[in-house]
Amino acid sequence: MQATATHGHDDHGHDHHPSGFMRWVTTTNHKDIGTMYLWFSFAMFLVGGSLAMLIRAELFQPGLQFVRPEVFNQLTTMHGLIMVFGAIMPAFVGFANWQVPMMIGAPDMALPRLNNWSFWLLPVAGCLLIASFFVPGGASAGGWTMYPPLFIQGGISNDMTIFAVHILGISSIMGSINIIVTIMNMRAPGMTWMKMPLFVWTWFITAYLLVAVMPVLAGTVTMLLTDRHFGTHFFSAAGGGDPVMFQHLFWFFGHPEVYIMILPAFGIISQIIPTFARKPLFGYASMVYATASIAILSFTVWAHHMFAVGMPLVGQLYFVYATMLIAVPTGVKVFNWVSTMWRGSMTFETPMLFAVGFIWLFTIGGFTGLVLAIAPVDIQLQDTYYVVAHFHYVLVSGALFAIFGGVYYWLPKWSGKMYSESLGKTHFWLSFVGFNIAFFPQHFLGLAGMPRRIPDYALQFADFNRISSIGAFLFGASQLFFLYVVINAIRSGEKAPAMPWEGADTLEWTHLPSPAPYHSFDTAPVIK
Amino acid sequence: MMSKLIRMVGGVMLGLSSVAANAAYQLNLQTPNSTIATQIYNLHMLILWVCVVIFVVVFSALFYSLLKHRKSVGHKAAHFHESTTVEIAWTVIPFIILIVMAFPATKTMIQMRDTPNPDMTVKVTAYQWKWEYDYQKDGVKYMSVLSTPQDQIDNKAPKDEHYLLEVDNPLVVPVGKKVRLLLQANDVIHSWSMPAFGVKQDAIPGFIKDTWFRADRTGTYRGQCSELCGKGHGFMPIVVEVKDQADYDKWFEEQKTKVASAAADAGKEYTADELKAKGEAVFTANCAACHQANGKGIPGTIPALDGSKIATGPKDAHINRVMNGKPGTAMAAFAAQLSDLEIASVITYERNSWGNHDGDFVAPSEIKALRK
Repeated sequence: MQATATHGHDDHGHDHHPSGFMRWVTTTNHKDIGTMYLWFSFAMFLVGGSLAMLIRAELFQPGLQFVRPEVFNQLTTMHGLIMVFGAIMPAFVGFANWQVPMMIGAPDMALPRLNNWSFWLLPVAGCLLIASFFVPGGASAGGWTMYPPLFIQGGISNDMTIFAVHILGISSIMGSINIIVTIMNMRAPGMTWMKMPLFVWTWFITAYLLVAVMPVLAGTVTMLLTDRHFGTHFFSAAGGGDPVMFQHLFWFFGHPEVYIMILPAFGIISQIIPTFARKPLFGYASMVYATASIAILSFTVWAHHMFAVGMPLVGQLYFVYATMLIAVPTGVKVFNWVSTMWRGSMTFETPMLFAVGFIWLFTIGGFTGLVLAIAPVDIQLQDTYYVVAHFHYVLVSGALFAIFGGVYYWLPKWSGKMYSESLGKTHFWLSFVGFNIAFFPQHFLGLAGMPRRIPDYALQFADFNRISSIGAFLFGASQLFFLYVVINAIRSGEKAPAMPWEGADTLEWTHLPSPAPYHSFDTAPVIK
Repeated sequence: MMSKLIRMVGGVMLGLSSVAANAAYQLNLQTPNSTIATQIYNLHMLILWVCVVIFVVVFSALFYSLLKHRKSVGHKAAHFHESTTVEIAWTVIPFIILIVMAFPATKTMIQMRDTPNPDMTVKVTAYQWKWEYDYQKDGVKYMSVLSTPQDQIDNKAPKDEHYLLEVDNPLVVPVGKKVRLLLQANDVIHSWSMPAFGVKQDAIPGFIKDTWFRADRTGTYRGQCSELCGKGHGFMPIVVEVKDQADYDKWFEEQKTKVASAAADAGKEYTADELKAKGEAVFTANCAACHQANGKGIPGTIPALDGSKIATGPKDAHINRVMNGKPGTAMAAFAAQLSDLEIASVITYERNSWGNHDGDFVAPSEIKALRK
């Protein structure tokens, strides 16, 4: 039994589950479910990306060329919702499914059936969102932030969006509970809290954030729903409500949500950099504390998204100071990564390129975040393209680059095949260059005063918009190339060794073959 | 390979910055025209430079490391992975830098909220998709609507210099005076934004918010609505004309005359054709954005007027819908926005245009009677 626990378990494992389509519908295996999460999120990424391409096509030059203003608003709204809830979040849950059990030496997730259900709710929500484009009046057009009273106007698609958010919320909460329970109870003997890989730590903290804020979002959109159909006035002053209250509630969810999308990215980067620097992560304990501090602070800064609503001075001062404070633990993280590389013995395979690109570009996004934290400056920049540039630097070159890096890093373990290093590097450089051409000029557009979420703009903004669109098309096309790189690796990549990276030291590399067997760690490894 | 690519990227960036010398490529905030805007400008520059310095220090270390500490040049990995002293240092130093930045920011924030004791007050009401400026004196109150022709937006005519940033009636204020704005909204949230003055304040239905500015120089200044407010969001610019006191007084007198002549017009008798002609202009400014110039609406969201039950049925229902709107939809109550004459003429126009041939007309006096 000892011998089969980690090796040669493959054939035996396959006997016990249905094959073909039903394998995927009924599976309770964390690896199958992780794979489905990753493919689903990639599909949604392509859908959300296509919407972005339409947006950039319309903004290529002044005047209305391709879409009417009402359709443009649908594109920006659905691009935001699909990318946040459909692409980035499920991708990280996919990573958690694959990696958390393997990294802590557990045989599977603690609640496998719940796991199956958390995944299969997602396609339902995804279909609702995509189908809403085809109902009378088109998709939701009030922005992914769904602010009333604008969101109270509009057709049935807004109700579909609300239901989709409900379903996605249930899925996230169940997924998070599963991750928390798994990490708490299923660590291998000797895997103490402070020996856990940082990726596991970041997901543990992220899961708590999700459990805390998804119910807030669910409650808030339910209030929108009853305002729309059942005569309540939560957000209408005419009935004693307050539209600004929605914004407080939404951002009480929304700001932790930002960290939900970046903390697991921090975790992935913290695995990749030590591997390719061949040197242990600098300041492991302070990384854990910094992650926890960021998570706790994230509950206390929400109203910095709302400086223009006209808050009382004292409230505004508080939110400015609290927001600036987040720069401290975030800085600690960047310093620790740089120190990990310092005097290492680095090589630059594709995962490392994405990790270095992440540090560089995420830091730019962090700095613009600091600029935006200063309320007087924020007043000039709120709702301009500067904000658009800021959150794409943290979400695309932050979260998404970490996802790409993670996929290249773990693909050999998942599929048993190596990707082509030259194709991977090409994908990195295309993405890096395309991304910067697309989003760096948007800082200038925002400073000059171009509002976001407009389908047409004044002539002075024309040049930078054209550059931005060209960059966006390059970036978009690069992601189809990514699909090719991955499929090419799975189909005809070289066979991956159990330990393709010289400096990796977590359990999935040291204890499991590539590809990881269908059932791994039936008998827990002992960590010394 | 790596360093070659870095040089290449550097080259692209340099290329970008050289075209940036072109005037159209504006790189920074707009030229400030008030004390607050100047303070914001300086604050932004301060933070920007602090960030640039930190960035250069940290990333010099990173790039040095990327070049020297690589396996391909034979560097062997060290094994250190902790240093409490360093960790404390890079927690405390950023904290001190933040306090230094918070100090001037706080000073500016306190001044921005200093709305009492203005020289004059203008009440601003936001509608989907226009602004109303009410001077609260001598009945001077008017709508400010985008004046860029639809043909330019649809690329059928060449675009003006101030494409999408021009309005029929700008807000006019005297130079050097503290102007307080009271903002409210009629339908959804909008945001009144004027970068040159350092002002951005949301207009929220059901609440009155205030803000203020004092323009340093005369001239015309332009901004845009800065909160998504529906499909016309990109088409409700804000224009402020700052005049010296004498010109401002002269302008204000003209406005008073206009108010008087409008009152006289309302009492006149109009023929159906006169009303229909006036109604077309009102329709274009207020209704066409949704219901479209051809009265067909937008299938699925905005009902058509051409052949609709209301526009071809009894006129009382039609008047009621225009004056009181339809709650829960984008159809606003126009009673507060339009004059008796405007409401009467636009209804007359709607009932006798496209395929609608009701043949009846609505007199301004009927609307006046309903208002009581």
